[in-house]
Amino acid sequence: MASITLNNVVKRYGSGKHVNPVIHGVNAQIADGEFIVIVGPSGCGKSTLLRMVAGLEEISEGEISIGPRVVNNLEPAERDIAMVFQNYALYPHMSVFDNMAYGLKIAKVPVDEIKARVDKAARILEIGAFLQRKPRELSGGQRQRVAMGRAIVRQPQVFLFDEPLSNLDAKLRAQTRLEIQKLHRELGITSLFVTHDQVEAMTLAQRMIVMNGGVMEQFGTPEEVYTRPATTFVASFIGSPPMNLLKDAPDAKPGVITGIRPEHLDISPAGWALQVEAVEMLGAERLVYGRWAHSATDELVIIRTEEAHAVPALGTTIHATPRPDRIHHFDAATGKRL
Amino acid sequence: MEKRVLFRSTWLPWLLLAPQLLVVGVFFFWPAGQALIQSVQQQDAFGNSITWVGLDNFRTLLNDETYLASFQTTLIFSVLVTVLGLSIALLLAVFADRIIKGATFYKTVLILPYAVAPVVTGLLWAFMFSTSNGVVTYGLHQIGVHWNHLLNGNDAMALVVMAAVWKQISYNFLFFLAGLNSIPKSLIEAAAIDGAGPMRRFWTIQFPLLSPTTFFLLVINMVYAFFDTFAIIDATTQGGPGKDTATLVYRVYFDGFRGMDFGGAAAQSVVLMVIVIALTVVQFKFIEKKVNY
Amino acid sequence: MVERRPALGLLAHAIMIIGALLVAFPIYLAFVASTHSAQEVMQSPMPLWPGSHFWESYQTALMGTGKASARMPVARMIWVSFVITFIITFGKISISLLSAFAIVYFRFPLRNLCFWLIFITLMLPVEVRIGPTYQVVADLGLINTYAGLSIPLIASATATFLFRQFFLTVPDELVEAARMDGAGPMRFFKDVLLPLSATSIAALFVIQFIYGWNQYLWPLIAATSEDMYPVVIGIKQMLGGGESNVEWNVVMATAILAMLPPALVVVLMQKWFVKGLVDTEK
Repeated sequence: MASITLNNVVKRYGSGKHVNPVIHGVNAQIADGEFIVIVGPSGCGKSTLLRMVAGLEEISEGEISIGPRVVNNLEPAERDIAMVFQNYALYPHMSVFDNMAYGLKIAKVPVDEIKARVDKAARILEIGAFLQRKPRELSGGQRQRVAMGRAIVRQPQVFLFDEPLSNLDAKLRAQTRLEIQKLHRELGITSLFVTHDQVEAMTLAQRMIVMNGGVMEQFGTPEEVYTRPATTFVASFIGSPPMNLLKDAPDAKPGVITGIRPEHLDISPAGWALQVEAVEMLGAERLVYGRWAHSATDELVIIRTEEAHAVPALGTTIHATPRPDRIHHFDAATGKRL
Repeated sequence: MEKRVLFRSTWLPWLLLAPQLLVVGVFFFWPAGQALIQSVQQQDAFGNSITWVGLDNFRTLLNDETYLASFQTTLIFSVLVTVLGLSIALLLAVFADRIIKGATFYKTVLILPYAVAPVVTGLLWAFMFSTSNGVVTYGLHQIGVHWNHLLNGNDAMALVVMAAVWKQISYNFLFFLAGLNSIPKSLIEAAAIDGAGPMRRFWTIQFPLLSPTTFFLLVINMVYAFFDTFAIIDATTQGGPGKDTATLVYRVYFDGFRGMDFGGAAAQSVVLMVIVIALTVVQFKFIEKKVNY
Repeated sequence: MVERRPALGLLAHAIMIIGALLVAFPIYLAFVASTHSAQEVMQSPMPLWPGSHFWESYQTALMGTGKASARMPVARMIWVSFVITFIITFGKISISLLSAFAIVYFRFPLRNLCFWLIFITLMLPVEVRIGPTYQVVADLGLINTYAGLSIPLIASATATFLFRQFFLTVPDELVEAARMDGAGPMRFFKDVLLPLSATSIAALFVIQFIYGWNQYLWPLIAATSEDMYPVVIGIKQMLGGGESNVEWNVVMATAILAMLPPALVVVLMQKWFVKGLVDTEK
């Protein structure tokens, strides 16, 4: 178990005239035992960042430390880490037991110790029945658990997860999320978890790094990221449906974007005037889409209302009141929070 | 395997198949059938009378020491060519896999032997090792090795083996490289994280996962050594000295077209046919059971 | 890129260079030999650097004006090789396309039998049925003709098999769409299937070109007059006549000339060829 420090980490591909900067200086201090999620859209650099911590990519500039050691020049094997891959990366020609024992055999761990650790991990992950099977005989979810078992038996200082749930169907994903949380509670190992799914991020993270285009836009708890997003990107990325980012709200100042989440708008007798454009019925709640009554722009405002309220008819004018403590303001040019 | 959607026509498929069936019938089945028939006949030297001799030709073959010797020769030759050809190609493929700079250049050079005709291959190697003015012969002489493949049976075998291996490297190399490329990179990364160094990663992960390719090449190389090496042998040693490098296929040519023993040659052809079919069946059966990762 | 071991990287390059050198050496030597005069080549050892008789050797070879052992005009032999190779290549590819199309896209009685008949031919290379094939060709009066030299080599089914494998991977929806557009089978073949097969055809072109160009045993017995010798046979014949009579520089020049067309084809079409070779045999 160890802390992780990212000190001005930069990643560039290519050289000379064809330099392609992919990560632009990430700084983060992660405490021992924390479960950190790195979240962002495709191509934002989150996997690259993870792989630099793993030692699978070179660090162009800056330092990464695991515990007290700077690991820039250490091989993956020397960093005392374990990784769970998106496509599991199980050795197809070895049994489940051998897959999990592989790293331990290399580290010359005594045979009975190996068996003890594998059995314990198998018990925690409920894969004891499969130990002698080959990976191709297992389902996706089972393979994922074997991949996690392989990481657990190494008893490393850091766990790295590279989008491990992306290849599972929705139900399995939810189930495995719970198992990962349980694991972390039991083992308490510092973990870095990469995903593009903001739901996974919100449910699993103690703190999350939100990345966009190689830049770390915010590093905070789910609560902080939800209630005080640092940029418009974070504001619209976290939360579903996404936060309304409005230029044309009444009494808005020029150059300022008003942010208000759909769930923080209440349909009321007075307030912002909107013409109802569409209504989506989602069962327990509904989404009302409206256009500004006072201006001719195309901007859509989304309101989330509950079942109890009446459904507004299309074309009618309604009023919505934003909750005053939930309004956000962002600089239109930089996207940063004001 | 079948397509779900088919065209319906009674005459069109036959029309389409006609050219191939015609060629195959006239130039494959007819001669193959003839070979079978001839193998149980004996013609006299002038081709006048044909007598039915049953399995006599085969019995003669099996009792002929030189024929059995050529079995052994062929076996030694095939094993050497296969083992050397596969190991060298594997070594080159493993290192080519690690390189990015200059990869295309190396690959282009290594593919060249594939384009060279087998007979030209034999010629080039015979030239290098020529007893009178061969460059390599001279070099060997300087370090005290007296090379003479015209007199020394072992030297002759070494020469044909080297030439055959040189020719086959391209093919094996391409397949090994493709096999290595088909192993997901994440497996190698996982092994590295598990603490495995390059040697260990090769022997415990890459080599086992290459086994379908290896087995496939094993069979292909054996078949190559048995049959496609005729030209190399003809260009270098002509089966000599004596019969030291006369493989089975060379004997068919020699006995049939030089020795005019059509019955015997036909019988030898049939024996060869049986061997090829056996090898091909083994290959297909294994490929079917190929482990699907 | 998994680790940073420069030593391993250096070793890799070293091994590749050694490998490339070993592979290229015989060819390089042949080229050197072709640039010297006959006497220089006969020295023991022959010099390892190119000489000054480049044009002489090649001209002698092409015109066939050498001594007794090198009297066949290589230019003629190269022409023969080209004709034979093209007949084999185009012949094989065309009839295989048609056969594979018939077998995959039609249902008709005896279809399976036809498939197996064609498939069996994969198993027996020409070397094995050489004697009787000669007799058949002789009976047909085709010995020493372009037809006799090439058509028996079209008989094996490698190309048909490859195209069959490829056709099986073409999505069914394309046939259905073509049908709805009113296309009959041959239309579909010409307008849809053929363009899709372009890569496979290219790969097969390379493979069959090499195969046809380098054929040795069959032309050895089926060509009985020197003007019908493909160049690979011609080279071998140049060696007959005792070692002292051989004009090695001309022989090597011929060898280089014989290597050029296939080498060019392989190098220029490298990408398709490698892909096709690996995909098909599997």
